[in-house]
Amino acid sequence: MNREAKNNSGKPPLEGIKVLDLSAQFMGPEVTRTLASFGAEVVRVESIHQHELTRVSAPYKDNVVGVNRSFVFAASNTGKYGITLNLKHPRSAEVVKRLTIWADIVVENFGPGSAKKYSLDYEQLRELKPDIIVLSLSAQGPTGPYSMHPGYGFNLLALCGFSHFTGWPDREAVAPVGAYTDFLCPWFAVVAILSALDYRLRTGRGQHIEVSQLEISPHFLIPAILDYTANGRVQNRCGNRSPYASPHGAYRCRGDDRWCVIAISSDEEWKAFCKVIGSPGWTKDLKFNTLRGRKDNEDELDKLVEAWTVSFTPEEVMTRMQASGVASGVVQTIKDLVHDPQLKHREHFQILERPELGTHIYENLAFRLSRCKGGWKRPAPCLGEHNEFVYTKLLGMTEGEFIELLNEGVFE
Amino acid sequence: MLHYRVLDMTDEKGWMCGKILSELGADVIKVERPGGDQARNIGPFYHDIPDPEKSLYWFAYNTNKRGITLNIQTRRGQEIFKQLVTDADFVIESFPSGYLNDLGLGYSQLSEINPKIIMTSITPFGQTGPYKDYKGYDLVVVAMGGFMYVCGDEDRPPVRISVEQAYPIAGAEAAAASLIANYYRILTGEGQWVDVSIQECIARELFMELCFWDAFKEVSVRAGPRRRRMATYQRDIWPCKDGHLGFRMLGGRLGAETLRGLVDWMDTENMAGSLKEIDFESLDLSKVTRVEMEEWENTLCQFFLKHTKDELYKRAVEKNMLLCPGYIPKELVEYEQLKERNFWIDLQYPELGITIRQPEGFLRSSEVQCRIQRRAPLIAEHNEEIYGQELGISKQELALLKKEGII
Repeated sequence: MNREAKNNSGKPPLEGIKVLDLSAQFMGPEVTRTLASFGAEVVRVESIHQHELTRVSAPYKDNVVGVNRSFVFAASNTGKYGITLNLKHPRSAEVVKRLTIWADIVVENFGPGSAKKYSLDYEQLRELKPDIIVLSLSAQGPTGPYSMHPGYGFNLLALCGFSHFTGWPDREAVAPVGAYTDFLCPWFAVVAILSALDYRLRTGRGQHIEVSQLEISPHFLIPAILDYTANGRVQNRCGNRSPYASPHGAYRCRGDDRWCVIAISSDEEWKAFCKVIGSPGWTKDLKFNTLRGRKDNEDELDKLVEAWTVSFTPEEVMTRMQASGVASGVVQTIKDLVHDPQLKHREHFQILERPELGTHIYENLAFRLSRCKGGWKRPAPCLGEHNEFVYTKLLGMTEGEFIELLNEGVFE
Repeated sequence: MLHYRVLDMTDEKGWMCGKILSELGADVIKVERPGGDQARNIGPFYHDIPDPEKSLYWFAYNTNKRGITLNIQTRRGQEIFKQLVTDADFVIESFPSGYLNDLGLGYSQLSEINPKIIMTSITPFGQTGPYKDYKGYDLVVVAMGGFMYVCGDEDRPPVRISVEQAYPIAGAEAAAASLIANYYRILTGEGQWVDVSIQECIARELFMELCFWDAFKEVSVRAGPRRRRMATYQRDIWPCKDGHLGFRMLGGRLGAETLRGLVDWMDTENMAGSLKEIDFESLDLSKVTRVEMEEWENTLCQFFLKHTKDELYKRAVEKNMLLCPGYIPKELVEYEQLKERNFWIDLQYPELGITIRQPEGFLRSSEVQCRIQRRAPLIAEHNEEIYGQELGISKQELALLKKEGII
């Protein structure tokens, strides 16, 4: 990779692409954050009259509430310009017009039918700019009996089937991390936008793209869905077990709430595993020789494995196992993650400085391009931080126009 | 929308990438070793018949692709591959770091044949670094990515989602990455190498946990149906009569309407308890004591346990309440909203003599239709079409190549 990296000061591919980000919460901002990373000019539109959820989400710096003090907003909005605009103000329409003519792409998640209220639906935008690309995000799709039902990642994950598959078969379903579907769906939306840009270069035509969390998320459960549609079987959660591997699970290690994982699917891996743990007598029991045998005696096997792991730290287990070609890892806490040597090598966690927050951590994307160095030139914006810059420099308003609209309260 | 040819050499770590690109119009050719991808032996299987042509896992993530077999460990196989690369726009692969390089098929070698080629490589930890050679199964990456530690009951081991997530997530992010590289190529004519780390894909999901670490150096822990919010952990998953729900107690603008609607309903059944006394608009959950929270949660649980998912969802929709049922696959497949959206396709499997209902529409565009045109390929299904018709290899030579295990 280093040989190619010498060339990676290539021009950011999305430089010159202008994105009007009218979205809020997680999914939309995640999409525009990605575009910003590769050079797109993203303008985030907010209002002082109605703060979006992440502006007023804990944790706050020093536990003091403030619209510029939320770590959540900062972590999702690096690299964007921030403006405020009161879409309910009668004169906001002329500002919207100028923003639309400026933009190549508009991202919104007002909800089905709501964009029209603000003169921001596709047909209206297209009249102002025929080749505009509009990405509309929704919870369950723009049409249909449930299209108006409010939904966020934290409850859509249940609707889309993920919580059912999380936890133990003899217990209640549990919550998978966070607003889970919010982090699955953005990639499909980024793919859609980039395809639309490609299409526009070829044909000169814009388009309206609609994606929803309900229509994307099940793509991460297709094997289980097919088990139902083809076999009539409803799969259940099964803890950490796998039908194709054994041992396969999380095993307690030395230390307070420290765990490793081990996954063994082939006989070769099993032999290597036995060697690593010193070939104790029980490993010679014929019943453990085959996958079938290990699956049939899995409860006993898991106890035996854990009797070994419990004497070691998870790092020791992982290092020894991996050195012998056995898949194993540490169950990492967020603290482990921040200190993880591989993630350090990948420069996954970066630091930026921001007024009111001081320094804060933000995350890199999961991919590196050999010719284009991704990254964000600026931290997440304070509320309305770039009003003057965007309205006068990017949109071309005169100082006079800007001040007039400002005094009328349009930029709130 | 995409007029590109993709050579998809991935194993299950990268299948989703080619699938997404194919649904946007790309011509994706799945390149398997002779005998088929190893992961065709992973189920579930159609009617539980373990057969590499009946793996539902394979069917799930390889729709729309054409399929050829090729042994790239042989010199002739490598030659044929290079020939294919001259006309390709993307190569996606998920071999261990350095493997293709050793065969003379790494990015630097392929870019000499075709400077426009974009190679997208998907590995558990990345192409370089201290863990680059580590073996990664789903279980390992979701542990190393931080997902597992904060998932599961406090009194049990950390747990993952039973339907493996890491690989499809990485494939989706890889598709996005490939198209960013593609845009660069449109502007400059140059291809490049895209290096995707599955661990990093997972790490992003720990977004809130990172915020709490950043703010207070606090390590979030697993709390079963609860998640870390503000000062405490609060329920996101609630049991009901016939399963569970996704719901959060929220105050202020976002949650007041939901709570009022819910508590009014509970009151008609005399089950509202102390919830009736709450001023929902001004409810500040960060100021609620643990004891109060537990009491409210118990009151709500009692009520939910008396009602089914359907009853609760119906009322939630009527009253605009932020609440959803926790669906199982059967319910998802029967869900009216997905049917109305024409989400499903009954894909033909002529060899099995059946159709299987699968998800289709992940995006709607005003310009193009994104469709699944065909089921996942059979082993070597398109060898004749691609080697014979496109590369012009004669039938005799094809037979010889097959005999020698090159295809």
